[in-house]
Amino acid sequence: MGESKWYWAILDGWAMSIRSLKHIFREAESLLMAVGLPVAIMIMFVYVFGGAIQTGTDYVNYVVPGVIITCVGFGSSIIALSVTQDMVGGLFERFRTMPLLPSSLMVGHVFGGFVRNVIATTVAILVAFLIGFRPEAGWLEWLGVIGVLTLFMLSISWVFVVFGLLVKSVEAANAITFPMLFLPYLSSAFVPTETMPSWLHAFAENQPMTPLIETLRGLLLGTPIGHNHWLMIAWFGGLLIVSMIVATFLFKHRKSE
Amino acid sequence: MTEPVISVKNIKKNFGKKTVLDGLQFEVAKGSIFALLGENGAGKTTMVRILSTLIQADSGVATIGGYDTNRESASVKKLISLTGQYAAVDELLTGEENLLMMGRLNHLDRQTVKKRTAELLEQFDLKEAAKKRAQSYSGGMRRRLDIAISLIANPQVIFLDEPTTGLDPRSRKNMWNMIQRLAESGVTIFLTTQYLEEADQLADKIAVISRGKIVEEGTATELKRLVGEEKIEFTFADLPSCQKALDLLGGQIDVNEMSITITTESSPENIRQLLNMLYESSIHPASFIFRKPTLDDVFMEITSDHKKGAVVNG
Ligand SMILES: Nc1ncnc2c1ncn2[C@@H]1O[C@H](COP(=O)(O)OP(=O)(O)OP(=O)(O)O)[C@@H](O)[C@H]1O
Ligand SMILES: [Mg+2]
Repeated sequence: MGESKWYWAILDGWAMSIRSLKHIFREAESLLMAVGLPVAIMIMFVYVFGGAIQTGTDYVNYVVPGVIITCVGFGSSIIALSVTQDMVGGLFERFRTMPLLPSSLMVGHVFGGFVRNVIATTVAILVAFLIGFRPEAGWLEWLGVIGVLTLFMLSISWVFVVFGLLVKSVEAANAITFPMLFLPYLSSAFVPTETMPSWLHAFAENQPMTPLIETLRGLLLGTPIGHNHWLMIAWFGGLLIVSMIVATFLFKHRKSE
Repeated sequence: MTEPVISVKNIKKNFGKKTVLDGLQFEVAKGSIFALLGENGAGKTTMVRILSTLIQADSGVATIGGYDTNRESASVKKLISLTGQYAAVDELLTGEENLLMMGRLNHLDRQTVKKRTAELLEQFDLKEAAKKRAQSYSGGMRRRLDIAISLIANPQVIFLDEPTTGLDPRSRKNMWNMIQRLAESGVTIFLTTQYLEEADQLADKIAVISRGKIVEEGTATELKRLVGEEKIEFTFADLPSCQKALDLLGGQIDVNEMSITITTESSPENIRQLLNMLYESSIHPASFIFRKPTLDDVFMEITSDHKKGAVVNG
């Protein structure tokens, strides 16, 4: 064994990523949901509620960042299901009796989720353009958007890996991810937080989705960002590190069961 | 005896307050087939999971190829492969893709993976289904793929946890043939089963596990000698006749079934004698059948040895 541990770790991660990639295109239902749901939400908000919500700008411009993160949140939540599926089936045990780095399995899932998210987000943005989304971002701001979304996707994906490892059945995975999908609604994603009752307003102002959305909005539309980008990096960078550590711990913990 | 490739010494395992393994001890010779025979919940899977490095025993030592399954699990993993009780195939991948992926994850080089995949698809009669997704496979095909996957890296020791549970009789026979061929190629096979017949057909050595202990160990012939070759079971219309027959012929009584079971030879002469004895004592059986010894019989025999005397069942 001349090759280093890292060499194999990368190859294993790659093999697992290929696997997850095949999965996302073969689970047509999940992919359709991941792509279709955000588009449906966007159309509903723009055409149904949009007229009634005062945001100071064109509502479609206001709502696109929120739709994108809902989209990413939903796309990533599927990861929890696939992780649980591997755990309850015998596959997980087989992987663990093989001489491969266990985290490569999780890396594969995160990668698959990432690709699914990129597809869904791209479609959502294209549709947004079709229905009148007109951002003011230059290429530098778009790069910023890509960076922000990548950080968000990775951290939220690892959170869902943790969820997938925590539960013992696919149904439970479904149940535990559900509340997470509501978080964007309790932020400035779809309506300005000032319109909410004060207790909800306090929550919405201080939960991680709000700085994320304000950063995206700032980059896309030129609204003031303030400290939001730092808050966002702290939240999701922290979440990424914590959930990776927790995932690794849970993985080991399940082993000694 | 050749050097043992698996050696298990005084292995104990509790889950919470429940003792599942209570000091197991056995050795498996290189290139042999070893069967761990036991009922549901006897602890077979638990033993397999300890040996295949998935869980740790509370105490005791298990080694494979001289490596400790706990402290040297990385070296153990290179020697073994596990085919668990529930098929571990990726449903969304095709049979071929499953094999290719597992080959890659076992750190074989590209050429070897391709070559082994083609060989195994051929050998396990999966060539036609190679490009179909595993989710469309029948139970038997899935099992075959499962075992093919575990052979991809040419392991020296293979664990098969109830390899034929849920298979129809024909697939079961095929599986037996396959396991035998594997053993002929020099691989050591550790299998678990609930069927005495299966252990009998395949294993060079059988260990019977019950309530966390190995209660009997030996070759199939030795175990059978313990149990007797054939059984005859008389059923009666009422309990008093059943009792009388028991006094006359001995054996084991099953009060619920109103039957007695006697170990005997199945020669016509023998049957005539038994029937005559009953007739002369005016005991009239309602029916009788011959049957092969079952796992139940092994347990009954073993427990009756310990308690000295007939076991009353039910
Ligand atoms: N992780 C666990 N936590 C708690 N109890 C467990 C665990 N795994 C197994 N057990 C218990 O240990 C006992 C032995 O289980 P095991 O799976 O080893 O039996 P088995 O012989 O393989 O049975 P079967 O023929 O049903 O597969 C069972 O009573 C089971 O409930
Ligand atoms: Mg079992």
